[in-house]
Amino acid sequence: MGSEIWKWIKEIWRRVPKVAVIILLLLIVTAIFADFLALHDPEIGDPRQRLLPPVWEQEGKWTYPLGTDTMGRDVLSRMIYGSRVSLLVAFSAVIIAGCIGTFLGVIAGFFGGWVDQVIMRFTDAWLSIPTVMFGVLMAVILGPGVWNIVIILGGTFWSRYARVVRGETLSLKTRDFVHLAKIAGCGKPRIIWKHILPNVFNSVITLSSLQIGIVIVVEASLTFLGVGVPPPKPAWGLMLSEGRGGLLAGYWWLVVFPGVGIGLLVFSFNVIGDWLRRYLDPFYRNIE
Amino acid sequence: MKRYIIRRFIFGIIVVGIVSLMIFLATRIGPDPAYMIASPGADEAELNSIRDRFGLNEPLPVQYFIFIKKALQADFGESIYYGLPVAEIVWQRLPATLMLVATAKLISLSFGISAGILAARRRGSMVNNLLRYFSFLGLSMPNFWIAMLFILIFSVKLQVLPTGGYGTFWHLLMPAFSLGWYFSAGYTRITESALLQVLNSEYIKLCRAKGLSEFSVVAKHALKNSLIPVVTLAGMNIVIMVSSAVAIEMVFAWPGLGLLMYHGAIYRDFNVVQAVILFISVSMVFINLAVDILYAYLDPRIRYD
Repeated sequence: MGSEIWKWIKEIWRRVPKVAVIILLLLIVTAIFADFLALHDPEIGDPRQRLLPPVWEQEGKWTYPLGTDTMGRDVLSRMIYGSRVSLLVAFSAVIIAGCIGTFLGVIAGFFGGWVDQVIMRFTDAWLSIPTVMFGVLMAVILGPGVWNIVIILGGTFWSRYARVVRGETLSLKTRDFVHLAKIAGCGKPRIIWKHILPNVFNSVITLSSLQIGIVIVVEASLTFLGVGVPPPKPAWGLMLSEGRGGLLAGYWWLVVFPGVGIGLLVFSFNVIGDWLRRYLDPFYRNIE
Repeated sequence: MKRYIIRRFIFGIIVVGIVSLMIFLATRIGPDPAYMIASPGADEAELNSIRDRFGLNEPLPVQYFIFIKKALQADFGESIYYGLPVAEIVWQRLPATLMLVATAKLISLSFGISAGILAARRRGSMVNNLLRYFSFLGLSMPNFWIAMLFILIFSVKLQVLPTGGYGTFWHLLMPAFSLGWYFSAGYTRITESALLQVLNSEYIKLCRAKGLSEFSVVAKHALKNSLIPVVTLAGMNIVIMVSSAVAIEMVFAWPGLGLLMYHGAIYRDFNVVQAVILFISVSMVFINLAVDILYAYLDPRIRYD
């Protein structure tokens, strides 16, 4: 049994885009073990150690490898904890969006008629709304907070799932195994649960891996604009907005490193998503 | 065809209705808007006068009805922060946004299409892989971070470009590039796949069989047909560009719709926010509608869906 799982992992490993998977695993491990990896408290700084440059510059110190910010907080420690915030927000938001979108998409596709009309017009409306702007508005109204951001992003990004899942359901509905299940006396909820949902799962996973990068960037944008994750929490978007003040004074490390964090995370998700799209589901090669 | 257009048009109107309702409700679900407008510690009399002035005492459906009725006459009320009619401010800010988006579009299209051609012509080569990674890079970096990196390099280190503001060509360069990079990836991908599809078709084989030069086959015969999806995507992206420029406009103090909306949200100037978001969403609905109708016109099969 154990060797079989090992074989399976090896088989998968042979095919995945390795660089992206390694980066993503490293970031996830960092996020989980942030408490052991960070050298300093990410929220409380040492006022005597303000604005130290990274270690390889003159005046850099080994105790603060990536330098410190205007409040004397260690940039590396904030980066490490920041990965936790980004991943937490992104995963929760995508799970919420995926659940809402899949549910509505299956219902719309399966029942058709006016149910379909109503759900799809709402989906169209959600797709037409400018994401970042509506996010800013909602964040201002709901107030700052990690979970408010999760709710806003989850409540915004479901529309794509609804559209894709509806399309899949429409074509699944006409397939023989669904007809046979109906003849065998399956109720509608059972057909949806046993026959439709398992078959749309691949598309939902593929779409999620493509959406999650966008969600991370939008979260960072909202936080950067000062309406997302509130200070003094260590979030990458927040570090960028705090670092922006020192841009012209040349404190480049405050701006460069958090962006590298976001970039690496989104990059790995994008590459994996692109691979999944081609590997799992040739039908969705043209998804944008 | 006529029935199809009417049907799509009605759909469009319904979607606009839902969008406007959402935007309207968004500013009403939170705490009483009067509290946000009033100065801190305002007493009940002051709050009541604010409610009267902005019509907040009416029941919600009546408020929505008035909002729609006025919106149809391009009247979005008055901005609390600027003290001017909102429609006038939006109109003033529109050119800056259009200029930014048009330049970014030009940059992303010219890069995306040339990279797409290169990628399609040389599958699996070093150049192809490099371009793929360059695209992924653009897709992965938040545009406001690219913007700040540009400032670090070109304004702080090299001191050749202004750090922000609006006016000359030089002010336009960094915002437009940081906005355009992200979108070039999509154009690269779609040009590549469309060109590959066309290059495999019968009429290209005929061109080759006639003995046309490779340049003539690709540039004259194949490219023209493969640009249709690119142009469609470019059209549909315009609105997404406007909305994703918010953070860039903030970094460069670019006086466009994004910055207007952002300041509106922070200063609780909800009339402005409503107007900008509604304007952008409605533009999105109608651009999509136009694309749908154009497609139905070009491809009769779509009409009978």
